[in-house]
Amino acid sequence: MYQDKLKIFLAEDDVDDRSFFKDAFEEVKVKHTLEIFEDGMSLMDYLNKQESVLPDIIFMDINMPGLSGMECLREIRSSQNLSEIVVAIYSTSASPANIEEAFIEGANVYITKPDEFSALKKIITEITNISWQYVTDGLNRQNFMLSY
Amino acid sequence: MNLYVKYNFETICRMLLREQLDKLGLDYTITGMGKVNLKRTIPMEKYQKLTATLNTYGIEVIDNQKAIMAQRIKEAIICMLHKDSAAPLVKVSAYLSDKLGESYRTLSQVFSEVCHISIESFIIIHKIEIVKQLLLTENISLTEIAYRLHYSSVAHLSNQFKKITGLTPTTFQKIALHRRSFVNN
Repeated sequence: MYQDKLKIFLAEDDVDDRSFFKDAFEEVKVKHTLEIFEDGMSLMDYLNKQESVLPDIIFMDINMPGLSGMECLREIRSSQNLSEIVVAIYSTSASPANIEEAFIEGANVYITKPDEFSALKKIITEITNISWQYVTDGLNRQNFMLSY
Repeated sequence: MNLYVKYNFETICRMLLREQLDKLGLDYTITGMGKVNLKRTIPMEKYQKLTATLNTYGIEVIDNQKAIMAQRIKEAIICMLHKDSAAPLVKVSAYLSDKLGESYRTLSQVFSEVCHISIESFIIIHKIEIVKQLLLTENISLTEIAYRLHYSSVAHLSNQFKKITGLTPTTFQKIALHRRSFVNN
């Protein structure tokens, strides 16, 4: 019952963005592990393996070649095994229609990628802190929605 | 000239421990390598002082007393929000320090350290959770919800909701209803 580390996955095809996120996570105080996948395919391959250790939260880019973030999201939400995982999806688009669609498809967090690295760090820290509350206190994840 | 010294870590650590435990006037026995038995439970303030001083010597207290305290604070808050909501006039700080027998300053320090958010944020997150629940399960207006949860106004509730979730209550409600039917299909 007592969990001491938040298990975080990141799926991002862009090398630069991967390193931005990696740096942002380094400042997060909640104890965590970070595992990085280079595209949606490799993420889903891992998640669908029987023996895989599942994460508490997945951050993913909405635009990825092969399998997009939205496609991964749909697959995750339709799988019994994976339905508990918190999904944070990010995009450069801030259109309300896109945001709503992501939530309706089951995303928990929608991030409009900020231009400033400092803003990204702040967002990542906040999301991790709040997700930690959901994990440790068993809050209702069905109602968990957070938009940045 | 060089002086060569040889030290015994076990002795140094024991002496340091004794020194610090004595300083706080604690009744204790050192029962073995790395284990101290305290005769009585010590107040959180003293405990914090002890862990802080020992830390400066590179000695870490391996213990989850703080985690236990944080858990008790959470339970008290949740109990307050769900059961005692009829008594909103009591200040949270007074309520918690009364219930847990520690100063609010100590409580909030321990809480932030363990949970990575402040007691205030924790309360807000949980209140918003209740708002979400009410928005989705009961057919009541936002005004009614604001009143039930002791918000000073609907605007205050809406602002807080938006700040925590990034969405307005109305948007949240709309999305959640669609989402629910999506999941059920």
